[in-house]
Amino acid sequence: MNPKTLYDKLWDQHLVEDDPNGTSLIYIDRHLVHEVTSPQAFEGLHLAGRKPWKTSSMLAVPDHNVPTTVDNSEIDDPVSRLQIQTLDQNCNHFGITEFGMSDPRQGIVHVIGPEQGATLPGMTIVCGDSHTSTHGAFGALAFGIGTSEVEHVMATQCLISQKSRNMRIWVSGELNPGVTAKDLVLHIIGVIGTAGGTGYAIEFAGPVVEALSMEGRMTVCNMTIEAGARAGMIGVDQTTIDYFKGRPYSPKGDMWEQAAQSWKDLNSDENAHFDTQIEIDGFDILPQVTWGTSPEMVVSIGDTVPDPDQESDPVKREGMENALRYMGLEAGTPMNEIGLDLVFIGSCTNSRIEDLRAAAKLAKGRQVSDTIKQAMVVPGSGLVKRQAESEGLHQVFIDAGFEWRNPGCSMCLAMNSDQLKPGERCASTSNRNFEGRQGQGGRTHLVSPVMAVAAAIAGHFTDPARL
Amino acid sequence: MEKFTTLEGKVMPLDRANIDTDAIIPKQFLKSIKRSGFGPNLFDEWRYLDHGEPGRDNSSRPLNPDFIMNTPRYQNSQILLTRENFGCGSSREHAPWALLDYGFRCIIAPSFADIFFNNCFKNGILPIVFNDKVVENLFDQVEDQSGFTIRVDLQNQNIELPDGEILEFEVDSFRKHALLNGLDDIGLTLQKADVIRDYEARRANEAPWLFS
Ligand code: SF4
Repeated sequence: MNPKTLYDKLWDQHLVEDDPNGTSLIYIDRHLVHEVTSPQAFEGLHLAGRKPWKTSSMLAVPDHNVPTTVDNSEIDDPVSRLQIQTLDQNCNHFGITEFGMSDPRQGIVHVIGPEQGATLPGMTIVCGDSHTSTHGAFGALAFGIGTSEVEHVMATQCLISQKSRNMRIWVSGELNPGVTAKDLVLHIIGVIGTAGGTGYAIEFAGPVVEALSMEGRMTVCNMTIEAGARAGMIGVDQTTIDYFKGRPYSPKGDMWEQAAQSWKDLNSDENAHFDTQIEIDGFDILPQVTWGTSPEMVVSIGDTVPDPDQESDPVKREGMENALRYMGLEAGTPMNEIGLDLVFIGSCTNSRIEDLRAAAKLAKGRQVSDTIKQAMVVPGSGLVKRQAESEGLHQVFIDAGFEWRNPGCSMCLAMNSDQLKPGERCASTSNRNFEGRQGQGGRTHLVSPVMAVAAAIAGHFTDPARL
Repeated sequence: MEKFTTLEGKVMPLDRANIDTDAIIPKQFLKSIKRSGFGPNLFDEWRYLDHGEPGRDNSSRPLNPDFIMNTPRYQNSQILLTRENFGCGSSREHAPWALLDYGFRCIIAPSFADIFFNNCFKNGILPIVFNDKVVENLFDQVEDQSGFTIRVDLQNQNIELPDGEILEFEVDSFRKHALLNGLDDIGLTLQKADVIRDYEARRANEAPWLFS
C-alpha cells in the first residue's frame, strides 16, 4: 500500500464519490452552526421544502453577537437580537440541538465542540466560519465553508470539494521557557506568510508539536487559516485520546475502546509524500507581537518595528507603509516601548482553561497599569468560566484589575458592543489584526495570553519573563 | 432553483467596468437574516440620493434620476449588459441574491470575477461572456432602440437580437445541464442520495460511534 498522509487518510475515509468533472463528494460527520452564517441557509431549506439530512450531526450555538457583560444579558442592537432569535427558531423548528444564550454550556463554537466531545478524531467537521480549522488539532479534517455550502451540508450531509495538496510543517527542538503555542503559530505565519498555505492542507508535526497540550494544539490549528490554508491538522497520540475520555458526546464503553483503537491510525505513514515540507527550529522562537494589519506582520518582543525602506519588493513596501500609517507606528520603535489602551484576553484562539491559568499565574499579585483604560478576560465557554471560577482564577483577575466577562466572541470581531474606538490600541489574544477588525479605526496587536497580561501590567509590551 | 431555458427580456445597459460586490449590494445589508428582499437595495448607493439602511422603507427614498436603472425606459429589465470584471470583490452571495431579487436572470459582460461567476450559476442566473467588440455593439444598439429586447436560448447557446441576428455563446456543459433542469448543487447531490446512503451504511460499520 502507498504510504498516506493524515490528510490523505481523512480524505479517503470520507470520499463518497469522485465526479468526472473533477470534484469530489465528501461526507461530513459534524456540522457546527452559529447565528451569523446560518440564517440564509435555513431559509434556503425552507424555500425549497427540504429538511436537514442528519440533525444529529448538527450542534448550534450563538456566539458572535452575544453580550459578555456579566450584569447585562440584554442585546441592545435589534439586528443582533434578531440573528440570535432566528437561530433559536430554526433549531427549534428542525429539532437541532442548540446551546442557547442561557445554557451554561454556551460559548464560542470552536471551544464548545471539543469541550463536549462533539469534535472527535477522524471526523470531518465544517462550520460557516473560517476558524473551524481549530478542530484539526484532534486528527480531524475541519474547515470553514460559505453560506451556500452550509445549506448544502444541511440538506445532503455532503460537500462538493476538491482535494488540497499536502504540506507538513515540522517543528524540531523545544520551545524556550515562556514561549507558547500562540508564539509558535505567529512565528510560523511570519515565516510562510499569509498566503503560504494557500491550496494546502497543513499538518503540524515534530517534537515541539507533540509536546503541546490539546489547548496549545488548538491554538496552532486555529490560526492555520491565517496562513492561507483552510485546514490544519495534527496526528493523534495519547494526549489526544486522553482529552476525550468521559466527555458528554464521546463514545462510551466498548465503543470507546473501538474508537480509541482506530484513532491511533490517524497519523501520517512513514515516507508519506508531502508536496511541501517546512522545518522550523523551536529554539528560534521568542515571544511574538504583531506590528501591522496582517498576522504575518509579526516580530519578536526584543525587535523593533520594521522599516519599509529596507523592503525591496515595492508591493510589500507599500503594504508596510499603509500598515504603519494605520497602526500609528514609526519604523524603528522598539516593540517593548509601544503603550496600550486596552487588553483583550479571549477568542477561539486563546480562551480555554489552560490560557486562563497561564494568564492568571502571571497576573497574580500584580496590578493592571493605570495607563490601561480597560483590560478584560472573556472565557471561551460557560464551562471554561465555571472551571476558572472553581479554581479562583476569576478572583485573581478581578484583584489585578481585569474585568471578568461572560463567554462569547466579544472583542475578537466586535460584533457585539465590545469594540475599540478609533485610534485605540489593543493587545489581543485573538487571531486577526485586520483594519477595523476590533472596531472601526482600532489598532490590534496579536499576542499570547501571557504577553497580554505582561502588557496590561507594564502598560506596554514587555517580555513576560522579565516581569 | 428556478430553471433557465429561454428568456425573452428587456436589456439594461450599465456602462462601468469593475463593478464590485459592495456596489452591487452595500455591506450594511449583510446583517440581514434573509437571502430574499435585497432587490430594492441593488446598487443602493448609485440608485438613491440618501444613505440606505436595512429595515428602511425604500419606496419613499429619493431616487437618483441620473442612474440608468431609474429611467422609465429600462424599468422591468431582466438582462443586464455591463463591462469587464463584473462582480469583483468579496465572495458574498448577497450580490447574486440582490440581482435575482430585482429580476435580473441574465448578465452579459466581456468578463466576470471568478467567484461571482460561480455564484450566479448557483442561484439560477446565466452569466454570458461576449468579446469586447460584441459587447460594444450591444451597448450601441440598446442605447439606440428604446425597449431593446433579446431572446436568450440556453439549450442552443445563443441570443437573438431584434433584427434577427443570432450570437452564439459558450457555457460549461455541467453548468448548462444544472441551469436547464433547475438543479442547484443541492438538487444535483440529492440525485445521488442512494450513493450517500450506501456510504453511510459502510461507514457505520467501520466507525459506529459516528452514527449512534
Ligand atoms: S472568537 Fe473570533 S475568530 Fe473565533 S469564531 Fe468568534 S469571531 Fe470568529
